[in-house]
Amino acid sequence: MTLHLKKGSSRKSAYDLKNPLDEQLETHTLAVLVDNEAGVLARVIGLFSGRGYNIDSLTVAETDSKGHRSRITIVTTGTPAVIEQIKAQLGLIIPVYKVNDLTVDGPSVEREMALLKVAGKGEKRVEAMRLADIFRANVVDTTLESFIFEITGTPEKIDAFTDLMRPLGLVDIARTGVSALSRGL
Amino acid sequence: MSREMTGARIVIEALIEQGVDTVFGYPGGAVLPIYDALFQQNDIKHILVRHEQGATHAAEGYARSTGKPGVVLVTSGPGATNAVTGMTDALMDSIPMIVLTGQVPTFMIGNDAFQEADTVGITRPCTKHNWLVKDTSELAETIHQAFHIATSGRPGPVLVDIPKDVQFASAPYKTKAKAPTSHYNPQVKGDLAAITRAVEAFEQAERPIIYSGGGVINSGVGASQLLRELVAGSDAPITSTLMGLGAYPASGDNWLGMLGMHGTVEANLAMHDCDYMLCVGARFDDRITGRTDAFSPDSFKVHMDIDPSSINKIIHVDVPIIGDIGHILEDFLKVWKARGRKTKSAEIKKWWAQIKGWQATKCLDYRNSDELIKPQHALERLEALTKNMDRYITTEVGQHQMWAAQYLGFNDPHRFMTSGGLGTMGYGLPASIGVQVAHPDALVVNIAGDASFLMNMQEMGTAAQFNLPVKQFILNNERLGMVRQWQQLLHGERYSQSWSQSLPDFVKLAEAFGAKGILVSDPADLDEAIKEMLAHDGPVILDCLVEKHENCFPMIPSGKAHNEMILTDEETADAIDAMGKTRV
Repeated sequence: MTLHLKKGSSRKSAYDLKNPLDEQLETHTLAVLVDNEAGVLARVIGLFSGRGYNIDSLTVAETDSKGHRSRITIVTTGTPAVIEQIKAQLGLIIPVYKVNDLTVDGPSVEREMALLKVAGKGEKRVEAMRLADIFRANVVDTTLESFIFEITGTPEKIDAFTDLMRPLGLVDIARTGVSALSRGL
Repeated sequence: MSREMTGARIVIEALIEQGVDTVFGYPGGAVLPIYDALFQQNDIKHILVRHEQGATHAAEGYARSTGKPGVVLVTSGPGATNAVTGMTDALMDSIPMIVLTGQVPTFMIGNDAFQEADTVGITRPCTKHNWLVKDTSELAETIHQAFHIATSGRPGPVLVDIPKDVQFASAPYKTKAKAPTSHYNPQVKGDLAAITRAVEAFEQAERPIIYSGGGVINSGVGASQLLRELVAGSDAPITSTLMGLGAYPASGDNWLGMLGMHGTVEANLAMHDCDYMLCVGARFDDRITGRTDAFSPDSFKVHMDIDPSSINKIIHVDVPIIGDIGHILEDFLKVWKARGRKTKSAEIKKWWAQIKGWQATKCLDYRNSDELIKPQHALERLEALTKNMDRYITTEVGQHQMWAAQYLGFNDPHRFMTSGGLGTMGYGLPASIGVQVAHPDALVVNIAGDASFLMNMQEMGTAAQFNLPVKQFILNNERLGMVRQWQQLLHGERYSQSWSQSLPDFVKLAEAFGAKGILVSDPADLDEAIKEMLAHDGPVILDCLVEKHENCFPMIPSGKAHNEMILTDEETADAIDAMGKTRV
């Protein structure tokens, strides 16, 4: 009993246009509004690790203490299908109220804060100060041999500043991760 | 005025208010106050299982055969970890289940106390939601919320972890009406514009197919009725996933049989060649689609699902409709009727002629034998001897499960309980117990394999204790049949660890548990043995010795498309390429 069937796939396959390996990776910033209850952050990051999604950056803090709401800002990278799946999966978590994709929902502002400790003497110390001025970084601590700069801006701006500080004696860096809001009302 | 009572009593009160009549459980130190409260009441029946995993599967069987949530009560630490498999199973198959676990007292949490485990941490990924209740005053509302979440939207398991001091302390009882409402209220009505687009395309379909799944069953009996109405009105062929069997009757004229890896030729080829696919409450699981890039290449796809994350997860669809299947089907039918019940009936007739050609391959035919019982034959005889009875079937996992889906006919929803998504060996026996508890007068048969049966055989003790007349129909091939089949096809017939050595004497095993045991090995005695099993008023193990090396066909080898099925042993050589071997 053998069937004579045409073998293999044919044109217009559902996935013809969506080979995940060929697809462009996109970076999206998601704002997730959650109930500030025990374990909620574990649920969110457990979803990412359990399903193999990327987290480029993650910030979380309570934003409404009366309403017990927190805002989680996640920067993630994936194919468009994966990004859609991430948003749908986040929406299934019970304490999640709202998932906003700031990358596609319209214009938004993104800011990150970083603290950089730079140690040096002489010319290097002067140069670090000069560059900090250009980048509008503030000095929040100083000794005779070191500064701590506070800088706020887009992740790219912080990357650029960090690259400049490295040859000038960068010792340590702490970054907050991205916070973001949509523009206008 | 709310009545003040202990946390343990609050648990019982909340369960009663939620309409719970049965709890499956196992006591232990951290849950003793609740067991004490259980002792002092008569509204809720407690079924004492022999292992916590058994409690979860029994609750699944209860839930799937009634449509009501199953309730499990176990202790902390090992009690909770033993329940993990059942919760994962329920999550995969969308079974509503409430698991109540005891926990060490709040002041000892984090101390590595005796029988302490981070239960909410462990079960976070295998529940729909879970809670650790640290204050007795929040216990009642948490349990009410647990029922709400388990049963609304896509159903699933939830867990409430209750420390022992919270069970002892007192607080006023909050009724369901007074408990704060949850913001969790998933959309049940489908978008009417999308439904209209789906209907418009349906009217133009020349080769339509309806592919239904467990979502129809979860939506309730009404959804199955609507599905039948749609099929009858349009003459579209219908196939179903394992989880959806019974929503459309197997005896119905338009039934093509199950689809997927071990589905029928006609179902799979119709899926491949259709020009319009109506997916009703199914999720394009990998057992269904085979190779996704060759899945139904020329069809317009409509996907009805209550879970937005199921949309475009595996297969890109043209029209997604999110909502409860019953509501969506009702609107779909309304729109279709209002527009004049249009179909391309001449083309659909031609489509049926093509399907009839595929049906003529009789893909479920097998070579019967006078000397050995063929497993397919055993199931055909069981079907013939029980088909008019008030019958519920559960299965374990493996070849016998697929044969049960192929050779037994399910004419109503809620009649077939099986572990689909997780594929949990050991599911069937405890599930049959849960079903029998819910339907004391019905015939409940668990189709089992010898290896699966051993995984939770301790539950025979439960069946005996409560005199639950569950019938354990073991298709005994002394093998892990499906593993052996894959090793034959994929691993050069090197049968690594896939035979059952030192099997118990199942007749003696049954007798040791106080049940009846029957052995049959001659095809001539098969009918008598089945009748003897059915006639006995009590639990029975029927040890049916079958052909040891029978393979389950048809089969879509892993990594292949719907139109690349193999039907017989002769076709299996080199059926699976290197890419397919990496898949399971």
